[in-house]
Amino acid sequence: MDKTRRDFLKIAGISALGLGSTPLRAALAESAAPKVEPTPEALGAKRWAMVVDLKKFQQSGEAAMKACVDACHSIHNVPDWGNVKDEVKWIWTTGFGHAFPSQEHKYLHDLEEHGMKGVPTAVMCNHCDNPPCVRVCPTKATFKRKDGIVLMDFHRCIGCRFCMAACPYGARSLNWKDPRGHIKTLNREFPTRTRGVVEKCNFCAERLAVGKQPACVDACKNGEILFGDLEDSNSDVRKALREQFAIRRKPQLGTQPQVYYIV
Amino acid sequence: MFEKVLTGSKGYYVWILILLGVIGFGFLNYLKQWTIGLGVTGMSRDVSWALYIGQFTFLVGVAASAVMLVLPYYLHDYKAFGKITILGEFVAVAAVTMCVTFIIVDLGRPDRAFNVMLYPSPESILFWDMVVLSVYMMLNLLVGWTVLGCEKRGAPPPSWIKPFIYLSIPWAFSIHTVTAFLYAGLPGRGFWLTAVMAPRFLGSAFAAGPALLIILCYLVKRLTGFDAGREAIKTLSKIVTYAMLATLFFMGCELFTVYYSQIPEHMHHFAYLFVGLHGKASLVPVMWVSATLAIVATVLLVIPTTRNNTTLLPILCAMVFASLWIEKGISLTVGGFIPNPLESITEYAPTFPEFFITLGVWGIGALILTLLYKVAVSVRLEEEA
Amino acid sequence: MYNAGKIIVGIIIFLVLFTFPFWYSKGKPGPAPKLELPKDAKQCVEATAYMKASHMQLLDSWRDSVVRDGNRIYVSASGKKYNMSLQNTCLKCHKTREKFCDRCHNYVDVTPKCWECHIAPEYKLPKEKVALRSE
Repeated sequence: MDKTRRDFLKIAGISALGLGSTPLRAALAESAAPKVEPTPEALGAKRWAMVVDLKKFQQSGEAAMKACVDACHSIHNVPDWGNVKDEVKWIWTTGFGHAFPSQEHKYLHDLEEHGMKGVPTAVMCNHCDNPPCVRVCPTKATFKRKDGIVLMDFHRCIGCRFCMAACPYGARSLNWKDPRGHIKTLNREFPTRTRGVVEKCNFCAERLAVGKQPACVDACKNGEILFGDLEDSNSDVRKALREQFAIRRKPQLGTQPQVYYIV
Repeated sequence: MFEKVLTGSKGYYVWILILLGVIGFGFLNYLKQWTIGLGVTGMSRDVSWALYIGQFTFLVGVAASAVMLVLPYYLHDYKAFGKITILGEFVAVAAVTMCVTFIIVDLGRPDRAFNVMLYPSPESILFWDMVVLSVYMMLNLLVGWTVLGCEKRGAPPPSWIKPFIYLSIPWAFSIHTVTAFLYAGLPGRGFWLTAVMAPRFLGSAFAAGPALLIILCYLVKRLTGFDAGREAIKTLSKIVTYAMLATLFFMGCELFTVYYSQIPEHMHHFAYLFVGLHGKASLVPVMWVSATLAIVATVLLVIPTTRNNTTLLPILCAMVFASLWIEKGISLTVGGFIPNPLESITEYAPTFPEFFITLGVWGIGALILTLLYKVAVSVRLEEEA
Repeated sequence: MYNAGKIIVGIIIFLVLFTFPFWYSKGKPGPAPKLELPKDAKQCVEATAYMKASHMQLLDSWRDSVVRDGNRIYVSASGKKYNMSLQNTCLKCHKTREKFCDRCHNYVDVTPKCWECHIAPEYKLPKEKVALRSE
């Protein structure tokens, strides 16, 4: 009886394996992929980058920076939790000493005599060329596109938050709870995210795809934030970098951040 | 063999019921977390890994400690460990199960957990962590169960199990090395960016694991009369001692590097943990408890009279375990996030749901350990009879 | 057979329970879901039969193409070009999730997670007060 039971189990196992391979065989038999193309008016680049002109922001004032932040957060349905624990932010204003901790010195406060308090600095994801967050993501939900933008695939993210630990700039936020209850105004053309996924600035990839500039760039009326292709020597960003000295956040870490700050 | 878990003393049933209660209550709290999200925990945008990942970090070391029995016994024929290798392997099974459970409990989208396998990312250390943990769990289950089953039938273990046993030795080192690499490879977290992170994990693993094993051997002897043997306990206690000395030495190396080089961003994490920073000091008392326990226990372990004192030894082991639980289970993870990359401080404290979920997972580990030990000890006691 | 009486009774009870859906509805299936089709468009992105069978595969390939490759235009089998978007293409025509998508999904008891993120036409923000962002 034992021997035939063992044989039965062997045959059952092999049959299960055979039946279980049906979807695999079906997938392999799939026909050619459908045709897709980019939008005709899409903006393309070899290496997107951003220049934040802190000198211009000093003239425009904090209201200008707030306008950039609000523009981004409103078109992307970013929730407003109102507390430091749950907050989700893609771009925000912070003091110079927080954006550039190694560059702070006590005489920066002398700038206050010129009306500036702590040199407010807009910070967001730097879309690094050597991004540690992409390296650590176990599902490639965070990935770098060919044009340099570090994007999130919200469908794939498992919420492990390894990318949040890896980011040297604190640019990423998790949705600790369902964000939908805390969205002030809804942009019906862009999805929300669900609880449990990480999000961050996406260089407005959805706007670039239809020929528009990032929302924060548009919101700044005096060119405080510039955006363009670093490999195009005529772009706004290359021109700015040719004419003025610029620094980046934590360059010594080798992440090759692509947001440059004119100081 | 599994039928052995179904019969036992009244105390055994009461213990199982208590564990099931703890697990059940933890599960109810997890349902709350499943519905609302990780926001029910104390984690924040700045402190994005905390108690769950800390527990995983600590337990991965305990899981690796089985190798401290397997290596001497199988590789060097150290016969004194013969009676208790199985106990070490079963601790590893329980600990690895808790590790995996803590990871799942910590995920923002656990329903998508299989994405790690569907979209393998060999550049990600988390991917390798999943690989090594899964294999280690299967290895220890396979080895433990096979060897025990053969013992029950009075037969020697089959020869095909030997390669698996030998594989489990370097594999044990791999699980906490890979977990250490999770931390040590991140450029933006100065508290963790140290080459001694993996050696530190080694040190605390081989102190906490054998310490737990000593305590468990004492418990098993009290409850069932199964005696691990005086020599085994003495050797284990020596392993704990040397591992604690190594741990303290590595900690000293960290403190020297950070404070002699005087780099502010690296000092800030230690300052926050041990003296407080910018008025925020919620973890300071906990850190000094951990440090005091570690130093006092190590000193008493080094002195042979106190180490060989059979009443004192389990207490010293509990001190070691508690100290390392605080260090790896809380301060390592949370300390790396405070201050945040922009040098501001968001403090962390666990919430009640988070605490009960954690307790529930420990309950699962304790239950698995109880059941496996019930089998192992019953088989062993039958043999001795 | 040992315990033949109990086993046969058990098998009969199992068969009764297993065939419950069939005899409970007396052989007549429930009414098929009625979908509210868009009034001003006759042609979907692909043929109806294909959409019925494979709309999820299509949406998945759209997702990967838009999110990961940056290509947003889909050239259908008929040669027409569409913007690959659930919210802005599919639902712009179909105009309703409850009277279209949900009807079949509820019938076969599947709960796709699209709507956790993608904004259905019927979705309205809850009227909670939102705390102003504190600096």
